[in-house]
Amino acid sequence: MKVVVVGNGMVGYKFCEKLVAKNSSAHFEIVVFGEETRPAYDRVHLSEYFSGKSADDLSLASKDWYVDNNIKLYLGDPVKSIDRVTKTITSHSGITEQYDYLVLATGSSAFVPPIPGVEKEGVFIYRTIEDLELMTQWAKHSKKGAVIGGGLLGLEAAKAMLDLGVTNTQVIEFAPRLMPRQIDEAGSALLQSKLESLGLTIHTSKNTTAITGDESIKGMSFSDNTSIEVDMLVISAGIKPRDELAKSSGLDTGARGGIVVNDKLQTSDENIFAIGECALHNGMIYGLVAPGYEMADVVVAILTGGDKSFTGFDMSTKLKLIGVDVASFGDPFAIGGEVKSVVLNDSMKGIYKRINISADGKQLLGGILVGDAEQYNMLLQTCKNKVVLPPNPEDVILGSRGGEADGGAGILSLPDDAYICSCESITKGAICSEVENGAETVEAIKKCTKAGTGCGGCVPMIKDLVNYTLKAQGKYIRNVICEHFNYSRQELYDLVKIHQLKTYDEVLDKLGTGDGCELCKPPVASILASLWNEMILEKGNDTAQDSNDRFLANIQKGGTYSVVPRIPGGEITPDKLIVIGQVAKKYHLYTKITGGQRIDLFGAHLSDLPLIWEELIAAGFESGHAYGKALRTVKSCVGSTWCRFGLHDSVSFAIQIEERYRGLRAPHKIKSAVSGCIRECAEAQSKDFGIIATEKGWNLYVCGNGGSKPQHALLLATDLDCETCIRYIDRFLMFYIKTADPLTRTATWLNKMDGGIDYLRNVVVNDSLRIVQELEAEMQLLVDSYKCEWKEAVENPEIRKRFNHFVNAPEEKDPTVVFDPMREQKRAKEWK
Amino acid sequence: MIATKTITWFPACRVEDVPANGGVCVKYNNTQIALFHFARRNEWYATQNECPHRMQMALSRGMIGSQNGEPKVACPFHKKTFSLVTGECLSGDECVITTYEVKVEDGRVYIAVEED
Ligand code: SRM
Ligand SMILES: Cc1cc2nc3c(=O)[nH]c(=O)nc-3n(C[C@H](O)[C@H](O)[C@H](O)COP(=O)(O)OP(=O)(O)OC[C@H]3O[C@@H](n4cnc5c(N)ncnc54)[C@H](O)[C@@H]3O)c2cc1C
Ligand code: SF4
Ligand code: FES
Repeated sequence: MKVVVVGNGMVGYKFCEKLVAKNSSAHFEIVVFGEETRPAYDRVHLSEYFSGKSADDLSLASKDWYVDNNIKLYLGDPVKSIDRVTKTITSHSGITEQYDYLVLATGSSAFVPPIPGVEKEGVFIYRTIEDLELMTQWAKHSKKGAVIGGGLLGLEAAKAMLDLGVTNTQVIEFAPRLMPRQIDEAGSALLQSKLESLGLTIHTSKNTTAITGDESIKGMSFSDNTSIEVDMLVISAGIKPRDELAKSSGLDTGARGGIVVNDKLQTSDENIFAIGECALHNGMIYGLVAPGYEMADVVVAILTGGDKSFTGFDMSTKLKLIGVDVASFGDPFAIGGEVKSVVLNDSMKGIYKRINISADGKQLLGGILVGDAEQYNMLLQTCKNKVVLPPNPEDVILGSRGGEADGGAGILSLPDDAYICSCESITKGAICSEVENGAETVEAIKKCTKAGTGCGGCVPMIKDLVNYTLKAQGKYIRNVICEHFNYSRQELYDLVKIHQLKTYDEVLDKLGTGDGCELCKPPVASILASLWNEMILEKGNDTAQDSNDRFLANIQKGGTYSVVPRIPGGEITPDKLIVIGQVAKKYHLYTKITGGQRIDLFGAHLSDLPLIWEELIAAGFESGHAYGKALRTVKSCVGSTWCRFGLHDSVSFAIQIEERYRGLRAPHKIKSAVSGCIRECAEAQSKDFGIIATEKGWNLYVCGNGGSKPQHALLLATDLDCETCIRYIDRFLMFYIKTADPLTRTATWLNKMDGGIDYLRNVVVNDSLRIVQELEAEMQLLVDSYKCEWKEAVENPEIRKRFNHFVNAPEEKDPTVVFDPMREQKRAKEWK
Repeated sequence: MIATKTITWFPACRVEDVPANGGVCVKYNNTQIALFHFARRNEWYATQNECPHRMQMALSRGMIGSQNGEPKVACPFHKKTFSLVTGECLSGDECVITTYEVKVEDGRVYIAVEED
């Protein structure tokens, strides 16, 4: 039997893939015609082209794949006519192929409204890789951009403009608000303010009447008699199904476009199917990829003798890439007496969430998420699978990070036939059974089920499912350190303490096997430092340190090092500032104020490090431990000594805290800050522990994080006096040091902790484990044994001699180190 | 014609100049050689000092250890690891680093360099 596929887009390809998978007896001969010159690629992730993905990265399968599977593929050759009587098609280049079944997967094109001037140069649509290539060229000499359309695709196009460097970009939406089809008014309003803070200008209720300019675009004018100057425009005002071939062959099409199909996806000719964005099912065009894939699946089932029908698909979506989370699922607008809506509108945090619940409070009908869409997948599945809601349905959006239960709507409550990956239609049951069959990692699941390989939104859920299933099987997921130690970091910490081991070699001899490696050396060295606080470069522990710790400095491009003296609380005297300047000048160092309220000196040769530190130490500086998994900075705001709002002296407290914990080594680096009032100028809530002054004392927040996955710190205790605050911090830090996995910041540590912040508060504040005295005593020991390790290093000739590049020519510097001049300073030469 | 290569054992340093289970960089004319004392196994290794990943003169400052018994060094920059025996990249990159023979006599460490 011969199947001819017209269109090699996402759905056309998926059809081939699914048919090949079911075509074990090579029953089908497959021929594909594609109009574009490339084999099918991932249009959904088209915008990633601007963030560095190549056309190859986006490709769904190489040309070889078609050859290997005996598919005849004609590219750059659109089908021009269908002769339904002889069952043949003819292509643009004149090729004729006979078919038994014809599958139309011609997709859609961008809808371009009939505005005078749309033909001008500099006006683009956003649909294919070619479009992107043209846009990239034009954007090079473009300054003022505009996008017509404030929907899902329009906003993605707007982000693309920003990525192309057209930072002055305006979005023109005809409707009174953004994304009118997906989110409600309140959600739109929040989205708009967020987009404006990204630098976009948004106009709503604006109707474009003309595109002005000569050959190329110069401006746009609107029905309200306003106009703007623009030199690049992307039109993204909706899609238009490609039904021209169907129409000219006499197949039924809809008044507003689209090839009419029934539940079997047959057109008005039973031997011709239409799938994907060109198909009009029940009056509906599905402009999303998941329903298209489902259609492909139905047709493959029918062709291979199965019985399946397409009964509609949910239009839930999540906006990607724009830098603002937006999602809508189920019925986002459901209203009426029968429906209850719970709305969370936190304009301070910039979060809007709405869920619509059935009258009996048991079912989730749909909802909207703006500003934080982390729960999207979970909510979508809860909605689709009609999972019964918990007694207080609002729990599902209030977010219970760190709270006790997860609102009862956790992944475990989903039925086995719940789709986890909608792109590939993979159910929870399928994933769990693969885990039971031995696919115990997300990567393995991706390989054997293809789940998570589409839009990728379900990957976190897959990860959870893998872990839950392993746990349910009684498999204890223990994070052993590496092949040399069959222990977790926490176990190792306890064992090293019990056996009183002081060097890496002793630990390896007693508790490990083999020779060690770069995975176990740093954590073991860190445990030794956390337990005994001895000089880290002595007793042969030097070579067990990560290379930055080994040279007490961070290695930089080119092989030079950085020098970061401690500046507690960010407070520094003019004299000390002068010393830093003098040292930098003398050793030709690049200087920069860091994000941590101190000064970094870059470009120091290895052999200059002891000399530089000698001078800094003489002027009263100490190591800033910028190289260590240790306390970094305690930032401060100026506080009550000068600031008119300051409640307490935040600078003095920050200095006291920084000096208390300086040199403290931990599983990962630790940062802190103290703010003098709730305006929070020191950003304490983004720190591992942060302190904010209140009328009555200090509020203590813990487990915040900046970096790549920002997370706000959670309130641990309120209105503390200085002494209690410090005691709680002692306990908190010591508990973290004893129990966290290697390279786990406090935020991640808390996220993985059973019971979350409530559990942590019980341990630290209520002493539920009866260990706080021990924790405090251990911390006091570390505080009392602190020494500046750079001071020890420069005073110890044995250690000092290691700071040379050549062992046999200590006076020579590395001749390969090269700098380039930059803004009256220097920078490391770019590496190859 | 037979090409002849002369092996020269060049004296690099003394045993105590190299930290136990660590490395140092040795200058030989214009070449930089990373020399490692794998004290746990009482073995010595030498390789080129340049990491082929980003051409950084850094391998001597890396951590050494083993993977399934194979001695290796991890570059300080991006932790790519290389076999100290074959020079092969164990992190999956298609590159090999040069290795040199090492011998210890009377507390002195010698590295074998080839000359044409
Ligand atoms: C110098 C500085 C940037 C600057 O020019 O301002 C900097 C520079 C580096 N950061 Fe940073 N970070 C600097 C502030 C920050 C901040 C802001 C802050 O501390 O207020 C953050 C986000 C806050 C946070 O950590 O939660 C930050 C998040 C990171 C991360 C991601 C950590 C995470 O948990 O997500 C890394 C990577 C890591 O540590 O594994 C990192 C790593 C690095 C390293 C050490 C990368 C490396 O391994 O070479 C950079 C080398 C600095 C050097 O050689 O001295 N840096 N880094 C800042 C030094 C502050 C200081 O005085 O110590
Ligand atoms: C920028 C962008 C972002 C998107 N983001 C998302 C998202 O986040 N989530 C989501 O679900 N969807 C998203 N979509 C939509 C998604 O890409 C489409 O739903 C999907 O590509 C539809 O697949 P299709 O095969 O029906 O159509 P297409 O992928 O458009 O493929 C149709 C192909 O047929 C060819 N063709 C047309 N006529 C002929 C002919 N006569 N002969 C031969 N070939 C022909 C066309 O040239 C085209 O290559 C996005 C789309 C764009 C453009
Ligand atoms: S946090 Fe408050 S008290 Fe401190 S500097 Fe800022 S405004 Fe002033
Ligand atoms: S430079 Fe050595 S791993 Fe990158």
